[in-house]
Amino acid sequence: MKVVRHSFDGVIVGAGGAGLRAAIEAAPHMKLAVITKLYPTRSHTGAAQGGMSAALANVEEDNWNWHAFDTVKGSDYLADQPAVDILCKEAIDSVVELEHWGLPFSRLENGKIAQRRFGGHTVKEGEAPAFRACYAADRTGHMILQTLYQKCVSMGVTFFDEFQVLDIKIDDGVCKGVIAYEVATGDIHIFEARAVTFATGGFGKIYKVSSNAHSLTGDGPGILYQKGIPLEDMEFYQFHPTGIYRLGILLSEAARGEGGILRNKDGERFMERYAPSIKDLAPRDMVSRAIATEISEGNGAGPNNDFVYLDLTHLGAETIKQKLPDITDFVRTYVKIEPIDEPIPVQPTAHYAMGGIPTDVEARVLSDANGTILPGVYSAGESACVSVHGANRLGTNSLLDIVVFGKRAGQSMVDYVSSTKPMSLSDNAAEDLSNKINKLMSKEHSLEFSVPRIREELQDSMEENAKIFRTEDSLGKQTEILADLRDRYQNITISDKGKVFNTELLEAIELEYLLDMSDTTVASALHRKESRGAHSRVDHVERDDKNWLKHSFAFKNGNSVKLDYKDVELGNYEPKERKY
Amino acid sequence: MDVKVNILRYNPETDRKGHWEEYILEADPDERILDLLHKVKWFDDGSLAFRRSCAHGVCGSDAMIVNGENMLACQVLVKEVSTPIKIEPIRGLPVIKDLVVNMDSFFDSYKKVMPFLVNDDEPGERERLQSPEDRDRFEDTTKCILCAACTTSCPVFWTADTYVGPAAIVNAHRFVFDSRDNASKQRLEILQDIDGAFRCRTAFNCTTACPRGIQVTKAIEDVKRETLTIN
Ligand SMILES: Cc1cc2nc3c(=O)[nH]c(=O)nc-3n(C[C@H](O)[C@H](O)[C@H](O)COP(=O)(O)OP(=O)(O)OC[C@H]3O[C@@H](n4cnc5c(N)ncnc54)[C@H](O)[C@@H]3O)c2cc1C
Ligand code: SF4
Ligand code: FES
Repeated sequence: MKVVRHSFDGVIVGAGGAGLRAAIEAAPHMKLAVITKLYPTRSHTGAAQGGMSAALANVEEDNWNWHAFDTVKGSDYLADQPAVDILCKEAIDSVVELEHWGLPFSRLENGKIAQRRFGGHTVKEGEAPAFRACYAADRTGHMILQTLYQKCVSMGVTFFDEFQVLDIKIDDGVCKGVIAYEVATGDIHIFEARAVTFATGGFGKIYKVSSNAHSLTGDGPGILYQKGIPLEDMEFYQFHPTGIYRLGILLSEAARGEGGILRNKDGERFMERYAPSIKDLAPRDMVSRAIATEISEGNGAGPNNDFVYLDLTHLGAETIKQKLPDITDFVRTYVKIEPIDEPIPVQPTAHYAMGGIPTDVEARVLSDANGTILPGVYSAGESACVSVHGANRLGTNSLLDIVVFGKRAGQSMVDYVSSTKPMSLSDNAAEDLSNKINKLMSKEHSLEFSVPRIREELQDSMEENAKIFRTEDSLGKQTEILADLRDRYQNITISDKGKVFNTELLEAIELEYLLDMSDTTVASALHRKESRGAHSRVDHVERDDKNWLKHSFAFKNGNSVKLDYKDVELGNYEPKERKY
Repeated sequence: MDVKVNILRYNPETDRKGHWEEYILEADPDERILDLLHKVKWFDDGSLAFRRSCAHGVCGSDAMIVNGENMLACQVLVKEVSTPIKIEPIRGLPVIKDLVVNMDSFFDSYKKVMPFLVNDDEPGERERLQSPEDRDRFEDTTKCILCAACTTSCPVFWTADTYVGPAAIVNAHRFVFDSRDNASKQRLEILQDIDGAFRCRTAFNCTTACPRGIQVTKAIEDVKRETLTIN
């Protein structure tokens, strides 16, 4: 295997919104490389639709404290409140900065940035839905990704496109660089770098029905977890209420923000029963549970009673064309119905990881539940857990998170690089990875131990046992299934033995991350004997603040998971019952 | 139902040139062409190479030629195409393996047109203002996902790969018509070059190919017209 060496001060792994924002901050101050397994503009940030919240008050009175209150309440009080304050306060400048860099936001008549309503966002701590989400039609994420990439192009940032990072080098607790695989050639690249940021996005591919891209396999969290770094709050995985039936393709909450209504098979607006004040705009965990409950009680539509309807027919063709053009096109393309005239079949879809790599508010990675910092390693975006989303993220707060904490990751890299000296990596730094690859290449292929087989069983079983509603039984069963899949994974084989564009090899390596993400999700969920936010235990239906107002930290312990806990950082808002 | 799929395969490590392989697949009419490629890769031949990520037409990874036309494999359903389904890589860029082409020159052309907002005026503490009408002037071209379906369907590009191509012009348009931008003149000067916008022969292939429904030919015409105003 050919090994190529590079020397940088800092490396950013991932070129979605978080990675690009970090790069803009860091690039002027160091020798920086951005390494990405996809071309930057293919990152899943580009799929985000509805908006990015900031209390600009362009439409009505608003202030960042209300935004913070909503975020904390939405999180079911598990978010760390000092971090939420930063998120909501810095939101305003972040949106303005993106506008200055060229982001083509939709506009109000007076020329200011347009804002729309979104789930869980209210004025005056719950009085009425708030116009807080800044948007560009229903392709806000696309515009953010394009704008950040354009800014990087104008700055001449160095990219390694279609290079996949597969290992990090940490010696004596200090970061020294990463090892990457060049997809087009199969060459291995050693990147010396003393500051490394992981911005690798989410891991929705642990479930079968998901809004996430094929590439979202939890690489950053997986790489660190395998090195002994814990993963925080993994039991909190968000299911978005409105994925296109069976396909999981997302139909943004903006559809309900603009007035769309959920209906069961009888046409009833069932959210009136679950959240009388804000109805269809309740937070996602509640709406997804409501849909799952309607379905389990026989109120679902269709021959199998297994979906509900998202009804946009009363919005009018003009609103749909102006404000929801892309998502209604998805419906036309994939369901072949006209959403102006017909309600759309939807079901909850696996969407967003609240958990991930633990960091402080400076995006520095923590190596335990006591707040010990791992020098030189940073994370931001969906791969990280700060935690600003707690047990349930509000819509529009992730696009915000990626720019606010992406920038902070970049700043932290600059601070660290300017106060430390270059590290060197020896030529055998790539040995572990070469061995892993050689093993996969030399083993004879067998269908039984093929990637698609094991991955499909993983996704089907996670969907069955660890989705919206969970019990001791379902999670116990899933623990056994995962142990079996893990055993079989030890013998994984691939058929392609070539060097060029061997994506089968990469899928095999990604599958291990998916197993890591599933193990930690299920173990954390099994231990948390309460219901909070997106984690809903049928056998422990109440939230239990006395015992569980804390973050979980899942460590790798051989092939099993060891758990530790850290108290939530409270602030202005005392935990209260969550009603809407 | 059973579907016959023919894929133009090429592996630089073993083949001197491309060759067609036939696959018979059990498929649902509502499945995407991308799902068929996954079936081949996952259950028949793991070495089949293609790019994909989002699987719903927003990331721009999987432009390819299906039955002679450029499209995104994830955006077209089995029932919408005739069988046997013929799949080959987009034209005019060097093939790396199977359906994967080298995109370097495509992105180089994109970078040539200064695809970023240029405005050195002090913007103030709040957003710059822009009327909905001004915002609308470049709405269409903001949708581009850089999939290369347009550029690689262009007969001019096939014969002269130095031509910047429709995608780069679309991205220039996005800034030329943005009321906040101050570098239109520079961009238009770049596009006046022999390999710029005037190479376009309005074949309309690009507009037909664009999976985002961008009026590509119209955008090129807009840019050509605007270029005349700077002289
Ligand atoms: C359909 C959809 C709609 C959404 N809508 C909204 C919305 O309206 N508002 C909102 O706030 N949030 C929304 N979200 C959530 C939000 O878009 C994401 O959480 C956010 O964009 C994640 O950004 P990121 O930068 O962390 O990761 P991503 O954008 O996913 O980028 C990950 C990057 O990491 C790279 N990478 C991964 N692994 C490796 C590796 N091993 N080596 C090298 N590179 C690697 C990839 O190439 C990619 O560049 C939506 C999400 C989805 C799926
Ligand atoms: S203009 Fe259309 S076809 Fe061309 S690159 Fe952009 S999205 Fe693709
Ligand atoms: S896979 Fe993203 S556009 Fe087709």
